[in-house]
Amino acid sequence: MSTMIKMVRAFTAAAALAVAAPALAAGDHKPHVDRYQWSFSGPFGTFDRAQLQRGFKVYRENCSACHGLRLVAFRNLAENGGPSFSEDEAKQIASEYTVVDGPDDFGDMFDRPAILADRFPSPFPNEQAARAANNGAYPPDFSLLAKARAAHRGFPWFVFDAFTQYAEQGPDYITSLLTGYVEPPEGMEVPVGQYYNDAFLAGQFISMAPPLYPDSIEYTDGTPMTVEQYSKDVAAFMMWAAEPHLEDRKKMGFRVMIFLIVFAGMLYFTMKSLWRNVKH
Amino acid sequence: MAGHSNYVPQSAGAKWLESRLPVISLIRGSFVDFPTPKNLNYFWTFGGILAVILVSQILTGIVLAMHYIGSTAQAFDSVERIMRDVNFGWLIRYLHSNGASMFFIAVYIHIFRGLYYGSYKAPREISWILGVIIFLLMMATAFMGYVLPWGQMSFWGATVITNLFSALPLVGESIVTWLWGGFAVDNPTLTRFFSLHYLLPFMIFGVVILHVWAFHTTGNNNPTGVQPKSKQDTVPFHPYYTIKDAFAIVVFFVFFAWFVFYSPNYMGHPDNYIEANPLVTPAHIVPEWYFLPFYAILRAVPDKLGGVVLMFGAIAILFVLPWLDTSKVRSGAYRPLFKQFFWIFALNAVALGYLGAMPAEGIYVILSQICTTYYFAHFLIILPLLGFLEKPLPLPASISEAVLKENGGGAGMPAGAAAAPETK
Amino acid sequence: MANSDTAEPTRRDFLYIATGAMGVIGAGAVVWPFIDQMNPDAAALALASIEVDVSSVQEGQSITVQWRGKPVFIRYRTASEIEQAKEVEVSSLPDPLARNANLPADAPATDENRGAEGQEPWLIQVGICTHLGCVPIGDAGEFGGWFCPCHGSHYDTAGRIRKGPAPENLLIPPYEFVSDGTIRVG
Repeated sequence: MSTMIKMVRAFTAAAALAVAAPALAAGDHKPHVDRYQWSFSGPFGTFDRAQLQRGFKVYRENCSACHGLRLVAFRNLAENGGPSFSEDEAKQIASEYTVVDGPDDFGDMFDRPAILADRFPSPFPNEQAARAANNGAYPPDFSLLAKARAAHRGFPWFVFDAFTQYAEQGPDYITSLLTGYVEPPEGMEVPVGQYYNDAFLAGQFISMAPPLYPDSIEYTDGTPMTVEQYSKDVAAFMMWAAEPHLEDRKKMGFRVMIFLIVFAGMLYFTMKSLWRNVKH
Repeated sequence: MAGHSNYVPQSAGAKWLESRLPVISLIRGSFVDFPTPKNLNYFWTFGGILAVILVSQILTGIVLAMHYIGSTAQAFDSVERIMRDVNFGWLIRYLHSNGASMFFIAVYIHIFRGLYYGSYKAPREISWILGVIIFLLMMATAFMGYVLPWGQMSFWGATVITNLFSALPLVGESIVTWLWGGFAVDNPTLTRFFSLHYLLPFMIFGVVILHVWAFHTTGNNNPTGVQPKSKQDTVPFHPYYTIKDAFAIVVFFVFFAWFVFYSPNYMGHPDNYIEANPLVTPAHIVPEWYFLPFYAILRAVPDKLGGVVLMFGAIAILFVLPWLDTSKVRSGAYRPLFKQFFWIFALNAVALGYLGAMPAEGIYVILSQICTTYYFAHFLIILPLLGFLEKPLPLPASISEAVLKENGGGAGMPAGAAAAPETK
Repeated sequence: MANSDTAEPTRRDFLYIATGAMGVIGAGAVVWPFIDQMNPDAAALALASIEVDVSSVQEGQSITVQWRGKPVFIRYRTASEIEQAKEVEVSSLPDPLARNANLPADAPATDENRGAEGQEPWLIQVGICTHLGCVPIGDAGEFGGWFCPCHGSHYDTAGRIRKGPAPENLLIPPYEFVSDGTIRVG
């Protein structure tokens, strides 16, 4: 029995090493992450509807072939605080996706067009299939990615972040990554099937080919069709996907804050009035 | 507790109840008429703040348990359903996850207040020891709660912390297997952690009652450390301290709400939004911030068993603190040398927290070792010696005297004003 | 001094009452999320309608489908069943209302109002006894309709309560024929 535990532990350690190895090999690689302006930052931030709709377009036309969005439902697209597609538009989008349903009366699973209640089907049935199709790399699901990625801020920045409410590390990182496909430094050997990226957190080389090119996705509202714009739009969309109640949260927060501060003020004067004759 | 009640049942129904179950006089004696030193400062409000957070954590936790699914296949997704679909689910979950951090912020302030003002000294040793038990239960609860969302940090935190027990000689491996219910952290581990995470807060609640009972028997400590001598030194708990505590609680909730509504993931770790994967460890795993000082102590020692022993020892030493401090003077306010060492100790604790978050390599290891040594030296060398070496400042004769002195000799009505609330 | 002694208490009382009121408002506002979280969540609400293919159901047959976690009986009634139902005087029924979610609340419990609009043979009802929520058995009971084994309620061929403790006719859910062979419930 104890040999088995040892095996498990050895395996765990090996797995840990395998992940740590590229980071160690990378040496003093410091990810280069820029800060961007976001409409949803700060205490009164709200999503820019047009940006979320553009971001969704980028996702659908460029990313969805490899990256899932499994926690987001089609109905969410028409909800308040999101891209706010009309219900008919959301239904139309849903119907362009195919989901597996069943079993039917004969016990077989069958495909049908998605409805609003369905969640986005993932492009691969499981991680193994995804890796097999992507040269061993696993394209992560987008549902939570904007909250699951953040560059290490370090002291003293993380202290300031508590006061400035900096909570956009995710979108900043995603935008930096998508715009981070720069020329590798002189003399650096880039492995076959990988790409140099100066923002990538897990090392210098990323398995994803540069996904965005200028003018590759049609914007009809006059927004510039640049890689940076595409990146920001899809990052904003991913922030919404990861935190669909962000607007509700900030709106409620404002009301709660006002209430608490007024209430604290009243309690303060009540307390002062009570204690006025007690030396303490 | 009930002994302090001024309650005289008036109606026939109240008399009937009082003679059978004196619950009204018990509550009045503990939280209404209870004589409380009149000079408590804002650091004393953290007891009330902690009580409110405990209740808040239990209430939000009960709600989360209604929607959470304790199974490795569904735990992560069920938390996301709470965040996305359940009405106000995001609010309740963020209140609960940030509430854990708030709980520890408040408890650390509460503990350091006790350390500074000598609240652990006779006759309050039992109250202090019960407090340390509450702290241990809180750590166990928080640790198991962090496992439940079944993210990467949940899984690897659980793996690392449970593996601590494997350091024990002979029985270590069997204990770890027993804790896991398997050969790795898996479904049995998750379900038992869920069960215990639900149970422990109620145990905390029980120990809190004992904790309060103990210091209501001895009376509260106060910033002077001098026991109340007469009625003039105290005020009834209600309304004086109910309102003061309420004010402090609401102010604390402004701080709490800041994180819940504007930076809800500030205290968390991004990797916990990635579902647990037993095959891949995140590159840099750290425990929740409130464990970092102890984590630094653990890693300061290159020996596995030694690190575990020191880490648990860092908490265990608090149990015997009342007998390590040899000074006759209770409050740090009258101990000039102790005061300085107290602040060095506090800085040292913050430094340990910082080191706990840094990678265990190079200079950080050496610094951790220095800080760990100092941590133990504070309790084992400095405190015992200070009692003999230090010349304390003269103590005030009573709380009222100290208060008058602080208020600049007290303009006019000295005793009468203080007594006024009693007669009201 | 004397003036402020009389004026102050009222101002103070107002402060105390206002503070107390604020506390009550706060407590009330906190309670709502804790209550509302138990209501059906967004995913449950989104699944509130289903489509059923009834093209293969023959006369005299019924199928049971699940809608919102409850059984829905879909029956293609025979001519004699309809005949039987029509013979009953509505005023003599224990519950004279149609209980049809697609009709006004005061519609009488005639067979026309119970059956599908324009397709009277189709009877679509929630298969939950209106007494205490058991599922009645089909083709059973003294009136040839449904019989609830829990407490002995008898429903007729139009799903109307005729005998027993149930207070109301079987509920007819909102539905429509999307096409000839497909019904959307909800």
